[in-house]
Amino acid sequence: MAEQIGRRPHVRPITSEWIFRHPRYLRYLVREFSCLFIGAWTLMLVCALGRLSEGPQAWAAFLEGLKSPVIVAFHLVTLAFALYHSYTWFQLTPKALPLQLGDDFLPDGVIAGAHFGAWAVLSAAVLYLAGAF
Amino acid sequence: METIRADVAIIGAGGAGLRAAIALAQADPKLRIALVSKVYPMRSHTCAAEGGAAGVIKPDDSLEHHFNDTVGGGDWLCDQDAVDYLVQEAPRELIQLEHWGCPWSREPNGSVAVRPFGGMKKQRTWFAADKSGFHILHTLFQTSLQFPSIQRFDEFYATELLLDEGRCAGLAAIEIRSGQMRRFDARAVVICGGGAGRMFPFTTNGAIKTGDGMALAYRAGVPLKDMEFVQYHPTGLPSTGTLLTEACRGEGGVLVNKNGRRFLQDYGMGPETPLGKPVLKTMELGPRDRVSQAFWQEQKKGNMIATRWGDAMLLDMRHLGEAKINERLPLVRDMSISYMGVDPVTDPVPVRPVVHYMMGGIHTDKRAATTLPGLFAAGECACVSINGANRLGSNSLTELLVFGRRAALSAAEYLQSGARAASESALAAGANAAQARIRELLQRSGGTETVAGLRKEMMHTMEQNAGIYRTHEGLVEACAKLADLRRRYRSIELHDRTNVFNTDLLQALELGSMLDCAEAVAQSALARKESRGAHQRLDFVERDDRNFLRHSLAHFDSVSSPRIDYLDVVITKSQPGVRDYSGGHE
Amino acid sequence: MSERQVEIEVLRYNPEKDKEPYFQRYSVTCREEWVVLDALNHIKETIDPTLSYRWSCHMAVCGSCGMMVNGEPKLACKSFLRDYPGLIRVEPLRHFPVERDLVTVIDDFVAKLARVKPYLIPKEPKDVAAGEYRQTPAQLKRYKQFTLCINCMLCYAACPEYGLIPQYIGPAALSLAHRWNEDSRDGGREQRQEELAATEGVWECSFVGACSEVCPEHVDPAAAIQQVKIKSTIDWYTEHLMPWRNK
Repeated sequence: MAEQIGRRPHVRPITSEWIFRHPRYLRYLVREFSCLFIGAWTLMLVCALGRLSEGPQAWAAFLEGLKSPVIVAFHLVTLAFALYHSYTWFQLTPKALPLQLGDDFLPDGVIAGAHFGAWAVLSAAVLYLAGAF
Repeated sequence: METIRADVAIIGAGGAGLRAAIALAQADPKLRIALVSKVYPMRSHTCAAEGGAAGVIKPDDSLEHHFNDTVGGGDWLCDQDAVDYLVQEAPRELIQLEHWGCPWSREPNGSVAVRPFGGMKKQRTWFAADKSGFHILHTLFQTSLQFPSIQRFDEFYATELLLDEGRCAGLAAIEIRSGQMRRFDARAVVICGGGAGRMFPFTTNGAIKTGDGMALAYRAGVPLKDMEFVQYHPTGLPSTGTLLTEACRGEGGVLVNKNGRRFLQDYGMGPETPLGKPVLKTMELGPRDRVSQAFWQEQKKGNMIATRWGDAMLLDMRHLGEAKINERLPLVRDMSISYMGVDPVTDPVPVRPVVHYMMGGIHTDKRAATTLPGLFAAGECACVSINGANRLGSNSLTELLVFGRRAALSAAEYLQSGARAASESALAAGANAAQARIRELLQRSGGTETVAGLRKEMMHTMEQNAGIYRTHEGLVEACAKLADLRRRYRSIELHDRTNVFNTDLLQALELGSMLDCAEAVAQSALARKESRGAHQRLDFVERDDRNFLRHSLAHFDSVSSPRIDYLDVVITKSQPGVRDYSGGHE
Repeated sequence: MSERQVEIEVLRYNPEKDKEPYFQRYSVTCREEWVVLDALNHIKETIDPTLSYRWSCHMAVCGSCGMMVNGEPKLACKSFLRDYPGLIRVEPLRHFPVERDLVTVIDDFVAKLARVKPYLIPKEPKDVAAGEYRQTPAQLKRYKQFTLCINCMLCYAACPEYGLIPQYIGPAALSLAHRWNEDSRDGGREQRQEELAATEGVWECSFVGACSEVCPEHVDPAAAIQQVKIKSTIDWYTEHLMPWRNK
């Protein structure tokens, strides 16, 4: 029995136009795109370790290389991406970690705020150990 | 034609249909159940019910109280043996629903909470915030997914019942997405197709409430009972007709006219109760028919506020406070703001009575069986009668569960009693005839009428002549008009003659159902020369128990108007008395 | 009685007549308080009865009328014309095949919903005669927001993962599974785990968060999915590092 007489469901093709359908999608991609820079920076860190193990001369040369304008720009961009990613990540933590005390849930601001607070403390500790102050 | 073979076919997958399907699947896993619905189950109009479902659980309450409230609320037109069954089964059904995971609102100690509701002497309305119907529907739908013997046919529109030798033997349905006709062979059929409120222009009902289930049984020879009893819900939004649950008043909201007066006290529902402390069964917690009628009377005096959508009264909930409104009435707040631009926390909300529910429907006995062997019905489409001349709020959701299950058990018993299968020739002939009728409508040319045009005329006459208060002249006009519309219906020409998801065709078929049901409403109303419950006549203002303590039965005629005759009401314990909703009777 | 002339462009498609979808423009006289659904109904009643779409309750509880309105997934009954001063473009909900005009084929969602076992699997059996399970208001609140899903599928239309990877179970089905997992009366988490923790389950989600942004009932499916991820991860670790805890 020809059941499907007349039916011909149309599948709309997926193109990359979805990225531009709403600002939220662009913001999402920027957030995800940050991984490229952070990944590259991590690789650079591995290289740094490698240079360090090769001795003081190799290490000094590496540090010199870091001063080039391209590398400095790279660091600035990576820092911006890392900050953006961390910010969005911590903003989303209350979604993943709802805490119910009694009847009600802790407000989103408390959970996110605790994460930001911990971030600030840890950053300060690292900067201190690095001799920033 | 493709044929689906089942043991039981259920038409309609709302609260009653789903409950019936689950009951059948549990009773006998070997039964092949075809659950046929013109929409996906979660779209069924059960989802729009807000207030709750009544069932006795509090220690200060009793089955007798629930019984008396229901019978009195129904102005003694309820069949008391059936009401007995309802109140008895209600608590168990509601607990069963809880066991299936329904998120009922709770007391602090974890037990199920109940709230006050109109016309009820004690608090017995189980509720899930103000989306009780939604939660009940989704609980039932999701629960039904665990039974492989329930085979669903979503978006199939049943056009006719198939009969053989005076028995119901199945149905013919259009698979909406392909436009193809399908034959369903089933020795038992349960209709749970809902009400027909869309015959009126101003209603809480969604688009799908077009009386198709009622029409199926009606045209197959089963009478429609008590069709003249149409319930107006007192608090609908004037702009869209959207329902604001009776729970607004159960939680303490009050109704005032343009002068700020709680006018219900002037219509036998006083004395005025303290603000925010409603007293059951009085003032704003009076029964729906009385409150709607009070609106009409007050409007005639010119005491209503004028909005751009017509006259309205004000529902004031400000004194409840934001916290309580957010907790108990969040949907109400959302809709008032969205559709009226009014926030109930800060302002009173304009409301007016809107058509909400049909007490009448397919004539069934208290086992949910119709006069056609093999055919059963439950829910709003059926009339047992539980609700009599006026339904109390929160009895309907309970009715879905109790009689959905009852219909299923009756269908299973009927099958076990050796119901004979129908002959292939009868089924094929019936299905082919059904298909021919649809083809004729699709291919008809030279027609002079449109679906939208006839529908508008139907709604207009129902609103004008079959509203809250009726007159002889008005009803005569309605009857004539509807008879005329039924004739002109045969001259409808469709704009869309294609097969795939043809909603022009669907709306034409739904209009046909509504016209048949509307004529039953108007003719039954004309014949009932008294005022009782929701049927109020300006020319016969008193209740007449001597002549009309009876159910009306409308018998279908394909060409002319329905013949109306009567059936006695089953009275057991409660003799007709006075419906007293004044505070004085405590 | 304020009125406005509205230009509406609707994506039409009739497989028996059209090779592919095309836009049709209507000019409609609308009341200012109307929603898109009212405009569509007016078109169907007075201009073009062949226009097909789903709708019922007109109060955002039945979930029938999901469509794309100017590129965003919306309920037509809750899209107020006053929010769209210019041209209004209406299309069927994204990421579902188009059956006809604004009607989509939702078989995929319906099948996925059934797969996640969205029903109570009781922790302890109890006879109906023994009364209700006790559940405190706090326990109810724990899962309450996830019960509010009206199955409108706006989240599926908004989710780029579902668009790109059709096997993905999707936001609504996953958060309904989570609703049952979090219900204090339920003991079926393990049985749902297989579907949820599969590749096409929660792990396909990259927390775009669009689903929660478009959800008309504020169910927050994104939150549900992340919560399932965390629970699944903890489960995986306890199962592998503390095998003595397994039954």
